[in-house]
Amino acid sequence: MRVRRISTALAGTAAMVLALTACGTAEVGGGEGGGEGGGEGGGDTITIGVKYDQPGLGMQEGNAPVGFDVDVATYIAGELGYTPEQIEWTEAASANRETFLQQGTVDMIIATYSITDERKQVVDFGGPYYVAQQDILVSADNEDIQGPEDLAGKTLCSASGSRSANNIVDDMGIDAQLREAGNYSECIQLLTDGTVDAVTTDNTILAGFASQQPDAFRLVNNPFGEERYGVGLPKGSTDRCEQVNQAITKMWDEGKAVEFLESNFGETGFEYEETQPEIEGCA
Amino acid sequence: MEAFFSNIDKVVDGFSWTVRLTLLSALFSFILGVILTAMRVSPVPLLRGISTAYVEGIRNTPLTLVLLFCGLGLNSALGLHLSDQVMWDVFWWAVIGLSAYTSCFVSESLRAGINTIPVGQVEAARSLGLTFTQNLRLIVIPQALRTVVGPLGSVLIALTKNTTVASVAGLGVQEASRQMKLMFDQGIAPVLPTFFGFAVGFLILTLPMGYLFGWLSKRVAVVR
Repeated sequence: MRVRRISTALAGTAAMVLALTACGTAEVGGGEGGGEGGGEGGGDTITIGVKYDQPGLGMQEGNAPVGFDVDVATYIAGELGYTPEQIEWTEAASANRETFLQQGTVDMIIATYSITDERKQVVDFGGPYYVAQQDILVSADNEDIQGPEDLAGKTLCSASGSRSANNIVDDMGIDAQLREAGNYSECIQLLTDGTVDAVTTDNTILAGFASQQPDAFRLVNNPFGEERYGVGLPKGSTDRCEQVNQAITKMWDEGKAVEFLESNFGETGFEYEETQPEIEGCA
Repeated sequence: MEAFFSNIDKVVDGFSWTVRLTLLSALFSFILGVILTAMRVSPVPLLRGISTAYVEGIRNTPLTLVLLFCGLGLNSALGLHLSDQVMWDVFWWAVIGLSAYTSCFVSESLRAGINTIPVGQVEAARSLGLTFTQNLRLIVIPQALRTVVGPLGSVLIALTKNTTVASVAGLGVQEASRQMKLMFDQGIAPVLPTFFGFAVGFLILTLPMGYLFGWLSKRVAVVR
């Protein structure tokens, strides 16, 4: 009796294993067939990585982030067939943007993500949806500094890991002293105290900080260089990239892009671009 | 590993700042530590109180907070500058913060050393007519120091590693771990070999320290 029961159990297990294996094979086959179109329409949610600490662009308020990048992301997701409720926001710090895309942690990254040749080797980019330029933020009562060349002999704040201040000191050869801070919030604090004379980085980022205290700071509005903000996508998502580019063009044609810029940066005196930057082709 | 060694000049420059921070902070924290200990065992209640409050206050505050207070509080908000050159301004504030913090641990080690000295010695010194200061200078501190060479070595190793906080906490001082992050950010060196290389760099600094202090503590130990 006992022996028979065990052998029945064994036979059952073996059958199950067989069935599971068969199942697995079938699934792999099916997955390959429908892989490319899997995310579109049918998907329940889309995970988008944005900044959570960048006022005006992506800043956490309550449970969800707000800002220009978040508005753009919501619009593009809408064009891809996702309602705002279907968007899952994830914080994407600068350092882990590539990793998030490579590991599939997020479907898309819209987080002041500049398109560069190095990054193009590991991820795909839609857009650019906006071209930011480097600019200088000073305190409101400072009239001396009107452009990068006025920074000679001044103290400039550089955020850890950012090349913006080095652009001025090393590449443009302007003799300014650098004070390094952990991030731009700390730079703004140093600027408020008068420990540094100026903060330099993308004008969108500066305008975002200025929007928190419009009376305390002045954006010099003498931009130089360019940072093309793209929509980061996993490597090899050409179809998704084309859809994103269509959505970006539509966003500018409908005037939504300017609307988003005005609502996020309107009070700061930031002279933002009002025309769509030229779309780069998808790889 | 090759990419790491091709940037060896940057690595060496980073560590040279680590060494400068460590040596200056070690010197100041030792001096301050001895003063705090002398105050702690002095017959004046006010001095004892000040020393106790300082040591217990700073020792139990995270180093990050101490350095942030130096950088964003004293240097930036109150506008206290130690040099016209920003680079040296933040460097000296880092030395002050590290010394203020480490001196508490020096003081606690020394106090433990003092507790190992038999009370009879101090009483004998007093009965010979030595004043409190003479007693401390000639009898107590020399013996206490010889007892705590080992623990002071640990404090020095901790200090060496603690200098890495100076680059992140409000000051942005040049030192080895900042150099490492710069190398990551600029993408000029692969991550794992760089981590490994800098870890080895710290070992090269701290391992000999440990052995030196271990050897020294045996050599100068007070035989009782």
